[in-house]
Amino acid sequence: MQRTHLRPARLKAFRKELPFHLMLLPAVILVFIYMYVPLGGLIIAFQKFIPAKGLFGEQKWVGLDNFIYLYRLPGAISALRNTVIIAFYKIILHLIIPITVSILLSEIKSDPFRRTAQTLIYLPHFLSWIIMGGILIDILSPTDGIVNRFLGLFGVGPYFFLGSNDTFRFTIIFTDVWKEFGFNTIVYLAAITNIDPNQYEAATIDGANRFQRMIYVTLPNMRMIIVLMMVLSLGNVLNAGFDQVFNLYSKQVYETGDILDTFIYRIGLIDAQFGVATAMGMFKSVVSTLFISISYYCAYRFADYRIF
Amino acid sequence: MVESKHWSSRLFVIVNYAVMTFLSLSCLIPLIHIFAISLSSSAAATGGLVILWPVNFTLESYAYVARRAAFWQAMFISVLRVFVGVGLNMLFCIVCAYPLSKEKSQFRMRTFYSWYFFLTMLVSGGLIPLYMVIRQTGLMGTFWALVIPGAVPVYNIILLLNFFRQTPKELEEAAIIDGASQWRIMWQIYVPTSTAALATVALLSTVYHWNEWFNGILYMKTPDQYPLQSYLRTIVIDMKLTNMGANDWQALALVSDKTVKCAQIFLASLPILVAYPFLQRYFVKGMVLGSVKG
Repeated sequence: MQRTHLRPARLKAFRKELPFHLMLLPAVILVFIYMYVPLGGLIIAFQKFIPAKGLFGEQKWVGLDNFIYLYRLPGAISALRNTVIIAFYKIILHLIIPITVSILLSEIKSDPFRRTAQTLIYLPHFLSWIIMGGILIDILSPTDGIVNRFLGLFGVGPYFFLGSNDTFRFTIIFTDVWKEFGFNTIVYLAAITNIDPNQYEAATIDGANRFQRMIYVTLPNMRMIIVLMMVLSLGNVLNAGFDQVFNLYSKQVYETGDILDTFIYRIGLIDAQFGVATAMGMFKSVVSTLFISISYYCAYRFADYRIF
Repeated sequence: MVESKHWSSRLFVIVNYAVMTFLSLSCLIPLIHIFAISLSSSAAATGGLVILWPVNFTLESYAYVARRAAFWQAMFISVLRVFVGVGLNMLFCIVCAYPLSKEKSQFRMRTFYSWYFFLTMLVSGGLIPLYMVIRQTGLMGTFWALVIPGAVPVYNIILLLNFFRQTPKELEEAAIIDGASQWRIMWQIYVPTSTAALATVALLSTVYHWNEWFNGILYMKTPDQYPLQSYLRTIVIDMKLTNMGANDWQALALVSDKTVKCAQIFLASLPILVAYPFLQRYFVKGMVLGSVKG
């Protein structure tokens, strides 16, 4: 009896919510096909995969063979090492440089100067790594690049920045920081703008000089955003920057410059070893998911960060 | 202020201005250098005479690019991709952000759907499984491979739904009393009052589609299907001058590989430079909205 009593109310609620379900339906289907089905496709990692037979087709199962093969492959281990090294330096410098620049920038009293500087340093972020790659290959060329010509004035070089194992990693890290540091100052500058001017006045009255104000007023007020950015950047431990490395590396620098993503691309789509490449991809996915989840959880716990 | 007269403070100001000037110029000079080369004669460019000003000014390299059908074909695909891709992104962004912006009391499945979308930001199947899915859904070698798989922009949805939540509830309640459907409330109340946020996500998605190059290389079968950035990669990174006829080689003798490359780099970044004032304004908003909300 009770159920018949409830039904009209439920039906009414469902009818009210029906438009919401319908709005979401197409997106739910697309996300399922292009994001969740590929997750299921990770089974390729345990197969001797033949593309013609298709995903979820009748493939030969090989257990952990692909993973064992990778473990014994020298190129795979060095790709992992390069990825971690490059990503580590990028994470650190992508925090330190923008924080420093944003504090320095906020100390500039001339509005037109500061705005012009902001406009210029944000610019490289918007250009693709194809454009940037083209520019860098040109200006870093050992024979006629403008950078080597400039260094030549001081009797230094020439360096083959992109073609030598001694300089490749440094060049990758340096140019990535150069491309993104400006854009990364935005969130810190927003935090600095929100600092109560009274705090600076009070500090000045107490006799604090400019440096003391930066260290004892500006920096502590940025604490929250700095912690948040640190925590969120954890998710990048295995992201050395595919777009950048893929467009700047070459065979000569595989030893120091080959990263997981470029390795997966070559093994998988050039050599057509789908199983091995997916095994590598799965390793990367699992580790990345772990780190991203931890980072969001920490951001939520310690910085009260909510994504939705 | 008294202490600003102190020598160390003055020194700091001078050094600070110098450092900021240096950093700003470091972002600008490479672009000017490329532009100057593209406007120089081939002899001056290959001889390394060009720094920041064209030497033996000529438009020859641009004239050469203008005659290359492959360049315009790629440009056309890129423009088409931006229109279709951004259109799809915006459509999905609005119809997803709207229901997800509702309170749980209004839409009980909200949490489930939110997690369904949010999880895709945590996990990924990676390159090979997605490649196979695109193959098996028949998108390989078609224009749709460039716009369908990424049609639902999860990050943008989150940005927009947080903005939708700030829309005053009274507007919606009044509309419900007037008998408006949820579809009408979405299109006629939420969309018109969120133009700033919509502009932000539209620009995010425009820059993404304009700059994206890997899907083109991955999913297109022949280079004549490439969007501009993928095409540019074959020219300036791979250094394979594909699809070149005998006439092209003759013309190259006149204009040099280097000036032509620089001209194409400059032309491909031109839309970004033209749109830059808008990009800067709305991206800054989007960044701040996305990271430092409460």
